[in-house]
Amino acid sequence: MTERGLADHPLAQLTLVRFREFIREPEALFWVFLFPIILAAGLGIAFRNRPPEALRVVTPSAELARSLRTEKRLDVRLESESAAAQELRTGKAVLEATPAGAGVAYHYDDTNPDGRTARMLADAAVQQAAGRVNPVRSRDALVREPGSRYIDFLVPGLLGMNLMGSAIWGMGFAIVDARRKKLMKRLVATPMPRRYYLMSFGLSRMVLLVLEVLVVLGFGALAFGVPVRGSLVVLGALCVLGSLSFSAIGLLIASRARTIEAASGLMNAVMMPMWVVSGVFFSSQRFPDVVQPIIKALPLTAAIDALRINMLQGGGLAQIAPQTAVLGFWMVAGFSAALKMFRWK
Amino acid sequence: MPDAAALRVRNLRKAYSDVVAVDGIDLEVHPAECFGLLGPNGAGKTTTIEICEGLTDADSGDVELLGLTWKRDAAELRQRLGIQLQETQLSDKLTVRETIRLFRSFFRRCAEVRDVIGRVQLEEKASSRVGSLSGGQKQRLALACALVGDPDFLFLDEPTTGLDPQARRQLWDLIDQFRASGRTILLTTHYMDEAERLCDRVAIMDHGKVIALGTPRELIASIGADHLLEISAAESAARLDSQVFIGIDSIRDVRIEDGVVRLMVTELHRAVPAVLDELSRRRIPLAELRTHSATLEDVFVTLTGRHLRDD
Repeated sequence: MTERGLADHPLAQLTLVRFREFIREPEALFWVFLFPIILAAGLGIAFRNRPPEALRVVTPSAELARSLRTEKRLDVRLESESAAAQELRTGKAVLEATPAGAGVAYHYDDTNPDGRTARMLADAAVQQAAGRVNPVRSRDALVREPGSRYIDFLVPGLLGMNLMGSAIWGMGFAIVDARRKKLMKRLVATPMPRRYYLMSFGLSRMVLLVLEVLVVLGFGALAFGVPVRGSLVVLGALCVLGSLSFSAIGLLIASRARTIEAASGLMNAVMMPMWVVSGVFFSSQRFPDVVQPIIKALPLTAAIDALRINMLQGGGLAQIAPQTAVLGFWMVAGFSAALKMFRWK
Repeated sequence: MPDAAALRVRNLRKAYSDVVAVDGIDLEVHPAECFGLLGPNGAGKTTTIEICEGLTDADSGDVELLGLTWKRDAAELRQRLGIQLQETQLSDKLTVRETIRLFRSFFRRCAEVRDVIGRVQLEEKASSRVGSLSGGQKQRLALACALVGDPDFLFLDEPTTGLDPQARRQLWDLIDQFRASGRTILLTTHYMDEAERLCDRVAIMDHGKVIALGTPRELIASIGADHLLEISAAESAARLDSQVFIGIDSIRDVRIEDGVVRLMVTELHRAVPAVLDELSRRRIPLAELRTHSATLEDVFVTLTGRHLRDD
């Protein structure tokens, strides 16, 4: 009856609706874009690498203090005997050096690495002050490599967490809300092809994904110099695959639920364990060996491990093959189960 | 198709686990007719209309719509129907124009967005978010979404429930306009005035069955009395029983509810003096006397002993 352009294709209209609903929801914008930045900034500052701190050493002997002060990595304090012993007991100092006849005695806790380090530094300083000559000359060449800091470990973890959260929440809430409001039933009462309805979620997800990844990685790179050592194409494909796997899980969660409460309970039950065990904030290797196969089979573990291999180790497709397989499995299994179970009315 | 029925429903049944919602219904809706399903909440109206809309499967029975069936021609039917469901909440975040444009994209044959907005008188609200609309405006938008595919058959489920009188009249005018264009409408309602105002023919439903069918005029005539006379006697109410009215001509039926006597009357000018004479002879003081012309509500009360609406 009337001329219609590409923009009036049902898939285009449905996808536009997804965008409009997302952009007009300030909370969603906050959780997807601002929250990961705030989290990364907070944790990056809390765990930033400080210049090495001098180790505090106490001694009641002025002569020992003089010898020890030749070592710049020690913070040497001359104290009375009782004050020195008190500092050691309370952990303010990690080592106490006392004269013992012609020699010297070191008091420290050998289970404390700082204590052991102070012992070695102090002894070397005392021996050299007494005339020891080192037969081999040595010098320090310091290496502080981006990629091995906590923030480098954290950013791929946050990216993985963000991919999961936005896909599962974005899919789950929107679908269950449409079902609850009988909007889905109303759409089913039109000639709308049902596959377009589901595809519109995937399409809008892919576009928002680009923004999300750019925001998180861009912030990591600009604020902390977090590297991306692997191929950017592989990284992009990995994000798409991860997002699709999580979308499949989101769709599965939303396929039957009639209320937001039921859906959000399910979403939390699915996501919470993965936040803990999948290595967002600390390595998943810390869990016992018996549960490692299970942890590795989780989609978030696979996504984060693969992101770290790509970004930090510069690994290529071959290195991330196992993780890719895990994500692929969840994507296929999730979508097929969801489509079988989906409640349209 | 001019002499075929626009909708033919035969022996429709639908039971849910706890209740038989539709219990053997037969209906025939003629082309260009506005047909109403009138009944109280829970009568099975919505289940019936949703089976006709292809949204609910019947346990048994046949539905033939525009000469097509849901089993064979679902895609074709979806293109030719306009549907407005009870309590659909359209997305609050979209504007009126965006919402109509979305629904328009699903239909092969469709009206211009601007024209549809004009037809439901939402021009001033075209760029407003759905969330900011009043109840009446939302209902008009729902109607617009049903009209945007230029349908041959329009289904309206409780189109004016919860609206104020002005918004209801506005919606009635819009439905009238659509009917004037020669298309067919099936609507459900529990407002007898809505059914009388809009419908060419009405099926009165109760407990999943059609208990009366005809034009509003025929249905009202079927109770055999044109008028209702209601009287109450305040403190002497206990002395008012149906015995009092036996023997008065032109009284067809007597019902007593909460001390109010409802008399079905054929000739008001004879009944009123006779009733007053009888009451004064028995020294029963009258607290109130009211009359009104019989309505579909009275038809329902006569048939079931209950009112359409409980509130």
